[in-house]
Amino acid sequence: MTSMRYGEAVDFALGEAMADDSTVVTWGEDVQLIHYELLSRFGPTRVLDTPISEAAFVYAGVGAAMVGLRPVVEVMLVDFLTAAWCPVVNAASKFHDFSGGRWTIPLVIRARVGGWYADGGQHSQALWGMLASLPSTTVVCPSTPDDAAGLMLSAVQDDGFVVFLEHKLLSERFLDYLGGDSRNTVDFQDVVPAGGAIGDVPVPVEAVPFGSGRIRREGEDLALISVGVGVHRCMEAAAELAAEGVEATVLDLRSVAPLDREMIVEVAKRCGRVVAVDEDYLRGGLTGEIGAILLEEGVECSYDRVAVETTIPLAPNLEHDALPNSSRIVAASRSLLER
Amino acid sequence: MPGPKASDPASTYRMMVRMRLAEDHLVAAWADGLVPGEYHSGIGEEAINAGVVMHLTPGDTVALDHRSTGPMIARGVDPLSLMLEVMGSEEGMNRGRAGHMHLMDPELRMAADGIVGSSGPLAVGNAIALRQLEEGQVAIAFHGEAAMNQGMLMEAYNMAVAWQLPVVFVCKDNRWSITTYSASVTGGNLVDRARSFGLAVETVRGTRHSDVYAAAGKLIRRARAGKGPGLLYATCHRPGGHFEGDPLLRLTNNPITEIGTLANDIRRGLKAPRGSRADVTQGLRELTLRGGRAARDRARGAMRDPVRRFRKQVAHAQAAAIETAEAETMGTAMRTAREMVGIRPVFGKQGGAG
Ligand SMILES: Cc1ncc(C[n+]2csc(CCOP(=O)(O)OP(=O)(O)O)c2C)c(N)n1
Ligand SMILES: [Mg+2]
Repeated sequence: MTSMRYGEAVDFALGEAMADDSTVVTWGEDVQLIHYELLSRFGPTRVLDTPISEAAFVYAGVGAAMVGLRPVVEVMLVDFLTAAWCPVVNAASKFHDFSGGRWTIPLVIRARVGGWYADGGQHSQALWGMLASLPSTTVVCPSTPDDAAGLMLSAVQDDGFVVFLEHKLLSERFLDYLGGDSRNTVDFQDVVPAGGAIGDVPVPVEAVPFGSGRIRREGEDLALISVGVGVHRCMEAAAELAAEGVEATVLDLRSVAPLDREMIVEVAKRCGRVVAVDEDYLRGGLTGEIGAILLEEGVECSYDRVAVETTIPLAPNLEHDALPNSSRIVAASRSLLER
Repeated sequence: MPGPKASDPASTYRMMVRMRLAEDHLVAAWADGLVPGEYHSGIGEEAINAGVVMHLTPGDTVALDHRSTGPMIARGVDPLSLMLEVMGSEEGMNRGRAGHMHLMDPELRMAADGIVGSSGPLAVGNAIALRQLEEGQVAIAFHGEAAMNQGMLMEAYNMAVAWQLPVVFVCKDNRWSITTYSASVTGGNLVDRARSFGLAVETVRGTRHSDVYAAAGKLIRRARAGKGPGLLYATCHRPGGHFEGDPLLRLTNNPITEIGTLANDIRRGLKAPRGSRADVTQGLRELTLRGGRAARDRARGAMRDPVRRFRKQVAHAQAAAIETAEAETMGTAMRTAREMVGIRPVFGKQGGAG
């Protein structure tokens, strides 16, 4: 075990994968500077800066994956990945199926997601619900350094199309790249969950399987289910509820697609109350999917959800209200307990 | 608000000073923790902004990128409401929803969008509407040189030419795309590229206001008259870096402390037992080259200040009077904004209010 920061853990796993397999390459905007350690280790042929041409450099990832490379195409923020929506929807997720299973397309898209640091509605979205709606697409969003490393390793080793989402709030290096460390007047200590930003990572990295959730906290009264930083907000809410004598289970899904159906059903049955918590939009996304699974499986439980329902505002106080903060989670939990 | 005439250097200088002061105040507010998120200042672009905006009449549209403060101030947005917005206040011009990357003023028909390249197609759409509904008006799109690699912007050039739309694209070439040196990821020459689309292209040094004003005037008059779209290519500098806290600028400003951290990580990368030995020296070369170019361009940017350069066009006493008056206006706006924003409970460690 080695203590690592979240972003560092992702790069560590990617670096080890690149050392193991010379077909693993990475490109994206500013990657040479953001990942200067990878650049110094593998050189500019395998760590490549791109122009601001998302549609083309993501589509090119598909092309390269068709001819033997395992590209990890980095898109600075998932919000900008929408400029490359076409290759995601029509190629990366499709070509393996179009070929009747004959052509493997081992492409990873690495993109940063999430808010809580007040960067406005075009730089704070999660969008994993949209991505997870696509067939033949794996979507993961780790909430701790060990999972970040383990899921990146799985992503690179997988022969399919994987979207690896890295939460900016946990990614110390990215917050710093955005100017973080240069002003000591702003302290993210109140919003950055310590348990997610730094932690022990097994060395060598252990692959984390897709579609497998992880119980972060045990409790019998209610189950809080989330992914990414939402998991940490659930932990905060669970601590608050515990002070009132309510014990919550917190389930970290880790993958948005595939979902860990079994574990969702198991915690729901055991607790009888479920609050689905999502930093992505409420409509057409993860929270509704969890509700559908519970109905499909005939689980008898009460259910509520906390997710994003508006354009994420810039103002820090308004942003905080719009995101699934712990007060909103506690309120939803109480309403279930009072039913 | 009809803009000042080129023959009126005092008004021009005032416009440029107002932009610079607004930026200086916002940069300081960012450092004090009062501007959430990022802040991309337009310091170094004042001569371009003024040279274009001065030709605009009410009804003309302006699509902006992430450096939107300058053109907004130049066209007459109230500095206090802009500052409050950038500082994330609900009293701001967009009720705290926008911040500097999405400033919106429907009366002035000015909108900023943080998606690189989007100002092009937005302006094309503006121009389609203007031609049909309000003939004689023009649509402007401001964008950087790196945005010219974005597909939708190139597509917008083509549409503008194919449909002979009244639009003028303004490319501000500061050579950089965050920390990537644009030439290293750009094929060919951007002016040739623009010409090959069929755009009428004017090339100027963006630090010289009079040149910008003349070239922008030519393209804008042409577009208004229905003679087709143009692109103003203006070189400039970004002495403040890409955004406040720019990592490359931190490196060039404080090499001793910053290189320490960097060097440790790089050494770790170089010494990693498994890596591509053949490529390692090249990787280091890339980083060194980048640092060198950043340092060079920073020095150039400091030397070629468009506001200082234009000051010579105005008599000393008059320039000083303008500076004093505008310092008072902008200073009052920022003082008021700071008082209104106050101390942030969750976000800022120290308040910086008052
Ligand atoms: C579609 C998209 N991709 C990437 C980004 C991140 N980004 C913001 S500004 C920028 C560089 C823009 O360079 P340029 O167009 O030259 O403008 P400059 O910042 O130099 O003024 C990048 C890559 C973005 N905002 N939108
Ligand atoms: Mg640029």
